[in-house]
Order: sequence, then C-alpha cells, then structure tokens
Amino acid sequence: MIEVKGVEKSFDDVGGRRQVLFGINATFYDGKTNLIIGQSGSGKTVLVKNIVGLFRPDVGQILYDGRDITMMDRKQLKELRKEIGMLFQGSALFDSETVLGNVMFPLMMFSSMSQDEQRERAQFCIDRVNLTGSENKYPSELSGGMQKRAAIARAISLNPKYLFCDEPNSGLDPTTSIVIDELLSDITHEFGITTIINTHDMNSVMGIGENIVFINKGHVGWIGNKDEIYNQDNDDLNNFVYATDLFRDVRRYRLVHGYQKSKQQTADS
Amino acid sequence: MILNKSLDSFGNYCMFMWRSIGVPEKWKVFFRRYMDEMAKLGIDSIPLILIVSLFIGSLCTILIKLNINNPLLPRYTVGLTTREIILLEFSSSILCLILSGKIGSNIASEIGTMRVTEQIDAIDIMGINSANFLVMPKVLGLITIMPFLVTICMATSLFGGYLICVLTSIVDPKTYIFGIQTMFIEWYVWFALIKSLFFAFIISSISSYYGYTVQGGSIEVGKASTNAVVMSNIMILVVDVILTKLMLQ
Ligand SMILES: Nc1ncnc2c1ncn2[C@@H]1O[C@H](COP(=O)(O)OP(=O)(O)OP(=O)(O)O)[C@@H](O)[C@H]1O
Ligand SMILES: [Mg+2]
Repeated sequence: MIEVKGVEKSFDDVGGRRQVLFGINATFYDGKTNLIIGQSGSGKTVLVKNIVGLFRPDVGQILYDGRDITMMDRKQLKELRKEIGMLFQGSALFDSETVLGNVMFPLMMFSSMSQDEQRERAQFCIDRVNLTGSENKYPSELSGGMQKRAAIARAISLNPKYLFCDEPNSGLDPTTSIVIDELLSDITHEFGITTIINTHDMNSVMGIGENIVFINKGHVGWIGNKDEIYNQDNDDLNNFVYATDLFRDVRRYRLVHGYQKSKQQTADS
Repeated sequence: MILNKSLDSFGNYCMFMWRSIGVPEKWKVFFRRYMDEMAKLGIDSIPLILIVSLFIGSLCTILIKLNINNPLLPRYTVGLTTREIILLEFSSSILCLILSGKIGSNIASEIGTMRVTEQIDAIDIMGINSANFLVMPKVLGLITIMPFLVTICMATSLFGGYLICVLTSIVDPKTYIFGIQTMFIEWYVWFALIKSLFFAFIISSISSYYGYTVQGGSIEVGKASTNAVVMSNIMILVVDVILTKLMLQ
C-alpha cells in the first residue's frame, strides 16, 4: 500500500515558481490496479515521479507500507528501489541490448542468481508478456506494443512489490491497448502487486480501473472506481470522462435518463 | 553574467563528477562495460589516428624543409624538428583535439539520447547510480587506452615523415633517421603520455556531463554534443598551457 499525504510540488519558472501539485492525498492498494487519470498537463507524471523518488516533494509524505520515501537516505532508497518496477512513457529500453539483455539487466545487477537461472527467469517474464521468439531482437526491431511488453517484462523481472506505469498505452491502437491493459491487470492480481497506472485513456479507465484518482490542475478532483465513475456529478471529471465523441452520446443519454435518476435516488434516500 | 553562468556550470560539473565516483554495483558488469568502452572509444579510433598522423608527419617534414633552407643549419634539423613537434604538441594535444570531435560527440550523443528517452531514469529507478554506471567505464576506459593511442600516433607520424623522404627525396632518408634520433630527450615522451591522461579525462568527463544534463529532445542532444566538443577543446588548450608551463620549465 502506498499512501500519499499532502504532497505539493513546484518548479522554477520564468518569473518565479509555478506550483504543479497542490496538497495531494491518495492511497494506492495492494493487488489492485490503481489509476491516476487527468488531462494532459494536469501533473500526473510529476506525481508519479514524486512517488518513485525521481523528484522530491516540497512538502508532504509518501509512505510505502509505512516507510516514508521522502525521508530516506541514499542507501534506504536503493533498497526500496529494488522493490519497484517502472514502465516509462517511451518504454526506455536499452538500445544497445536485446530484449533478453534488457530483461536480464536488473537480474544481473541485483540478483545472486547464476547465469542460467537469470536466463530462465528472464525467459519466464518474456513468455508471460507473450514475446516468446523475440528474445534476440533489438528494441529498434520491435513495434511500439512489443516494446511496451518488453518493458513490462523488464519491470517485473525482479518480482516487484510496486509497479508504476506511465501511460502504458499511449501511441498504441485500441486492440493492443487492451492487450497491455489486461496484461497489467492480470500481473497485478497474479502477483499481488501494487500497480499504479498513469493514463488519460478512457478505455483503460473503464476496463481496469479498480481505484481511480482523478487529478485536476494539480488537485485531487475525485477518487472512486470504474463503476462509480458513471454515478458522480463532478463537472470537471464529467468533462474529462465524456470528452470523446463515443462517450458524448452516452452522456447525452445519461443526462436524460441515468444521471437524473441517480440524483433522484440520492434525493429520495 | 557569463562568469556567473560558467561558475554555475563548473559547480554542476564538479557535483556530477563527485556523484559518478563510487564503487560499481557489480564488478563483473563494470569490467565488461569498461572493456567495451575501450574498444569503442579507443580501438575504433585507430584508423582515424593512423590516417591523420601519417599525413601530419609528412606535412611537418615538408614544411620544415621548406622553411629552413639555410646552409648554416645542419641537414638533420628537419628530422629533429619534426620529432620535437610530434612529441611535444601534435601526438598529445592536437591528437586529442581531433579525437574530442569523434569521441566527445559520440559520448555526449549516446548519453544524451539515453537521457531524453528516459533510459537514465530507468537505470535510476532500479536503484543504480546512473552517473557512476554510465560515466565511470567511459572515463576509465579512455584514460587507459589514450597513452596507447598517443604512442601509435607518435610512431605513425614519424613514419609519415620518413615515407615522404623516401618518396620525394626532399631529405635523405638516412639524414632524417639520424635527425629524429639526435638530442633525444626521453622526458618529452613521458610528457606527452602524461598530458594525454589529463586530456582523456577532460574529453570523457565533459562530454558525459553535457550528455547527462540534456533536457528536451533530439535537437538538444545535437546541441549538447556540439557544446561538449567545443568545451572539451577549450579545456584541453587551457590545461595544455598549464601543464606545459609546469612540466617543461
Ligand atoms: N521537470 C520539470 N520542470 C518544470 N516543469 C515541469 C517539469 N515536469 C513537468 N513540469 C510541468 O508540470 C506540469 C504537469 O506536467 P506532467 O508531465 O505531470 O503532465 P501530465 O499530466 O503527465 O500530462 P500528459 O498526460 O501529457 O503526460 C506541466 O505544466 C509541465 O510543464
Ligand atoms: Mg505524463
């Protein structure tokens, strides 16, 4: 479980400082797919980078099962990092290594396994993300979706307790997105990982959102799950959720039928 | 303003280098990368060094011959002067200026690309000191291989001078050989080798710094690799003056 308490972050900007995050409070649960959603530029990536310790928050605490990452010295941070896997927006595979080399890299650096065991473990991860047969390809020879999957394999190779994904399906077609989403969701449940996924893709939200944190201009706008996201009257969130053409019709329909009904229900009770 | 900015960069550079000093996570991995870097930065530069040295050596000989057509000077002066130029300045300083164009831009663009594609963040996130992981093998690798490159350069340049003597007979080859052996001061060779260690450090560390601190995209990577080469060149010249003053006087 990761608890974020009162996190604020600002950056130097021309003519002073610009605050990006304002008093963020949120909890991310074990064995669940936790989603951070919000418009482009709302501060999702900055929040995730604060949580993993690539940025240090100005104020606030970030507790990994009670351990505060903002108070850690370098050695403690290093220990914690071995429990973290991260999937970057652009995959961030090492160009100079093959898929197998990439997946083996964390094992080589941190595990005490023999070469054969490392290879076996890497192969298991590669098979798990359905990349069997591409072990000896270089990242430049893979498609975007395959790169994402290879990066997932690398992120889970050390059996992480916490998995972070920054926009895992940006730049992917809807079908491949669903494959990636399901893969992340399956892995999360299978290994009981605390998974935090950063996305603005409504398909993912509807598909795998078990715990959703909506970030609006650096504030927490709403927290709930994929079923509750229909039944809420937060205007900012509705603007975000129903922004696509596909959902606009749903919204119109719901404005006439569902939305008012649910308001009616709350009024009745 | 400019002074302020330079001091700022220098401070950041020092902090970066401080961060990159440390015990490698895994010696085996470090050693492999160290060997790779020596091959990539050093061995792969040998063809360039051979070509440049051969031509500069012969050019030196031709030009010196042209300029000291004085009957009062002994004929072996051509060989002797060529040797002094090669040993004192060309084989270390000028060679490193040339190499900084190849090696410096290579290092800066490689690390810069890793920065903008978040590969460095990926290394950090795993709990590895990315500065140490990326920079140490390059710096140590280049420092190790550089004296060998300088030695190759010395030999090839002198051979270039000899070759031009044989081919054009502007100087009798025997006189040339005599010239490059006369009044030989061994310390000059050491001087060149010692200087080259400093230059190797300058090229590799400054280029790594520029690559590591890239912000933005591919355009910035291009700028960083240009800046890395320019800054390495300036620093090589500054350090060259200082070392020459300290070690030869
Ligand atoms: N290193 C930085 N220095 C200064 N400002 C930054 C930095 N990183 C992000 N910002 C600013 O913080 C704001 C939020 O950026 P962030 O990358 O978190 O958005 P995002 O929600 O992830 O958007 P997207 O969905 O497009 O990825 C932006 O206005 C950005 O300019
Ligand atoms: Mg982002």
